[in-house]
Amino acid sequence: MADGVDIRAGWLNGATLAENFADVHRPLDLAGALVEANRCYFCYDAPCIAACPTGIDVPGFIRAIATGNVTGAAMTILTENILGGSCARVCPTEILCQGACVRSNDNSRGDRSVEIGLLQRYATDHVNTATRHPFARAPATGRTVAVVGAGPAGLACAHGLARQGHDVIVFEARGKPGGLNEYGIAAYKLPDDFAQEEISFITAIGGIEIHPDRALGRELSLTQLRMDFDAVFLGLGQDGARALEVPGAGLAGVQNAVDYIAALRQADDLANLPVGRRIVVIGGGNTAIDIAVQTKRLGAEDVTICYRRGPAQMGATPHEQDFARINGVRVKHWLRPLRLDGLDGAVTAAVFATVAQGDGGSLMDTGDEQSIPCDMVFKAVGQSFVPLSDGGPDIAAGRIAVGPNGQTSLPDVWAGGDCVAGDDLTVQAVQDGKLAARAMDLFLQNLET
Amino acid sequence: MADLRCEIAGIKSPNPFWLASAPPTDKAYNVDRAFKAGWGGVVWKTLGEDPPVVNTTSRYGAITVNGQRMVGFNNIELITDRPLGVNLAEIKQIKRDWPDRAVLVSLMVPCEEASWKKILAAVEDTGADGVELNFGCPHGMSERGMGSAVGQVPEYVEMVTRWCKSMTAMPVFVKLTPNVTNILAPARAARAGGADAVSLINTVNSIVSVDLDRMAPNPMVDGKGSHGGYCGPAVKPIALHLVAEIAADPESAGMAISGIGGIETWRDAAEFISLGAQNIQVCTGAMHYGFKIVDDMIAGLNNWMDGKGYARLQDFHRAAIANLVDWQDLNINFELVARIDQDKCIKCGLCHVACEDTAHQAISVIGQGPGRRFEVIDPECVGCNLCAHVCPVEGCITMAPVDNGKPYLNWAQDPRNPHARAAE
Repeated sequence: MADGVDIRAGWLNGATLAENFADVHRPLDLAGALVEANRCYFCYDAPCIAACPTGIDVPGFIRAIATGNVTGAAMTILTENILGGSCARVCPTEILCQGACVRSNDNSRGDRSVEIGLLQRYATDHVNTATRHPFARAPATGRTVAVVGAGPAGLACAHGLARQGHDVIVFEARGKPGGLNEYGIAAYKLPDDFAQEEISFITAIGGIEIHPDRALGRELSLTQLRMDFDAVFLGLGQDGARALEVPGAGLAGVQNAVDYIAALRQADDLANLPVGRRIVVIGGGNTAIDIAVQTKRLGAEDVTICYRRGPAQMGATPHEQDFARINGVRVKHWLRPLRLDGLDGAVTAAVFATVAQGDGGSLMDTGDEQSIPCDMVFKAVGQSFVPLSDGGPDIAAGRIAVGPNGQTSLPDVWAGGDCVAGDDLTVQAVQDGKLAARAMDLFLQNLET
Repeated sequence: MADLRCEIAGIKSPNPFWLASAPPTDKAYNVDRAFKAGWGGVVWKTLGEDPPVVNTTSRYGAITVNGQRMVGFNNIELITDRPLGVNLAEIKQIKRDWPDRAVLVSLMVPCEEASWKKILAAVEDTGADGVELNFGCPHGMSERGMGSAVGQVPEYVEMVTRWCKSMTAMPVFVKLTPNVTNILAPARAARAGGADAVSLINTVNSIVSVDLDRMAPNPMVDGKGSHGGYCGPAVKPIALHLVAEIAADPESAGMAISGIGGIETWRDAAEFISLGAQNIQVCTGAMHYGFKIVDDMIAGLNNWMDGKGYARLQDFHRAAIANLVDWQDLNINFELVARIDQDKCIKCGLCHVACEDTAHQAISVIGQGPGRRFEVIDPECVGCNLCAHVCPVEGCITMAPVDNGKPYLNWAQDPRNPHARAAE
């Protein structure tokens, strides 16, 4: 089948797959954690704290690790970020805390930042939360809150509210809670069912019920939720994948990267997941990196990311771009998708126009074309928030408009995470949920009936 | 290439790096390995009278500082636990095999003339270059009236030293304990007794740590702990001071000094020699890393001496003693002010918070975030050096002398001193 479409499952044996999808970062052991913790300078007014969207006292928790006070370290983290465990694994620390570390700034020639992510993971992995939840729940207030969306924003909000004694029901459109932690993050970043374990930990505080397979506009309406609950938090994701408007986009073998990643995350056995021999990924963000590396690790022979601009404009961080390269993914720049060619209804090649940056930054075709033979094409050109159809809050620039603490145009409705403006990061979603919970708690305390 | 050959109390060795009387020098096997590695001499682990002592298991404790292991180390081990005859035979063989290396033998027997006479004769028979009287060990043996129990009583130090000097022609080194209020008392006693050299420091009395689960001191022997002798890099400053005290003391003059205490590098050794030690002895450094550390000690000292133009050890021996003065002789008019090199500053803010919280509020923060700067408020700076010490960047904060035009003035001359006398 030299020229035919080659999509198969089981390119690699089970042992190789297990290795390829195991923890991408080796966790620190005690000795490693101590060495790394002792590299922290314990800066005054430390820049890493300001760089963390949830404002974790980074030097504080690192010092606690160094002194053997791991429980204190974990509490410092979890107090600001109840999803500190998954953030330790998925945060792009190179552009957040570690990017701000003084050991990596312009003057620290040849030095490297403290491995804050790995230390946070050490602390959250080694605190014993199995026997006792680290936070006590306040006496029940009798107030009820609906949280829509069981992703990081919704879970952080639910935990904050439950801690204050309110009863929370979390509605989740999909079959399992977790949002992107369960369906979107690359498998090797959150292996071993970590997302569900973390949710068990979060809900162990009590007062949180999770109802899966309940979606706004499907089983639920916001109007009804507002009648049934004292307040509502919308922690909705970005369910709309941006379309790729090129001829051939409807061919078999062409799909959204996020859908394939979700299927991969839910697969019982990766050896049964079909993948093409040759893959083309269109896009330049972290999703493009994630789909490229994961298909490569499933056994695809040849994986190419094609992006319409240069490395500096890619949404994927330089760290992620390097990660793709060391996984054997080819990254090609300055390619604008022209069309997808096919045979018998299945894609066989992705065709691009070569572009260059003109004056003022606009892209201009150079007149050359490149055709890259492939068995599968993944679209990773971005997701978007799909606004509510009925009685939803005001929208600004395609997302829910919110005030500083996530309050929407509706007095009893807050929102946070990917459905509001801001960085589309797990850690930002947690902060949104945390701040909204504080504001909602005040609101609920002041309710008259 | 500098000449590292060393002579102390008439004993020659190819370099000044000796292994101290301790576990690394307990057997011919170890000493042979040490000499193969390049060590210039050894002081054989302390011999006593038969029957030999019995040691416990669990003998060493250690402290780790910021991930650096064995910064401080302690032990509750006693003297050699092998029969005297076995040690003497091995010493004889080693000295025969390694004639160019120094072999001293450490001794500890009860304070009775006959005991010393007997053991000195036996050691003399081995061909060893000299003896070191162990008046230092602060644990185990001291409770039996030996070790530091002798070293803490100057009259005993002098008496036993005098006996030994009268009983043997071998050079006699007296190993001193730091567990005294004034090191000059035992040093002068050793001098009075005719000692050729003093070796110091022996270990500092210590409890190295407490096991908070079992509520017992470490190292723990079946649930119990005992005080032990503390050594390693952490004790070096104490040792330097005590060595310098003796080196600067006119009444102790004429005695050689073998420096001991936390020495792990050529730099440590150079510091001891500059403060008056003729040679140095190492234990913990070798116990931590093995005998190979002597390679860099030799090469490093050589390179440093070449760089400074010192051809022989004598060229910088006691060189720092001239600059060791009493506090009252320091120049009270001398002024320093901190200077922060903004190109090197990584904005960690440690200088600011240290000065702000604990010193003189002399470093201000200008701005916020990644662009913040730290600047010295000159009139508030007392030149204490704290900021330069906490700064993690080499050479970023320096202490610059201020040209204030004022002459040398010491506290004795300072009019602010109620007891001042007029400047001469």
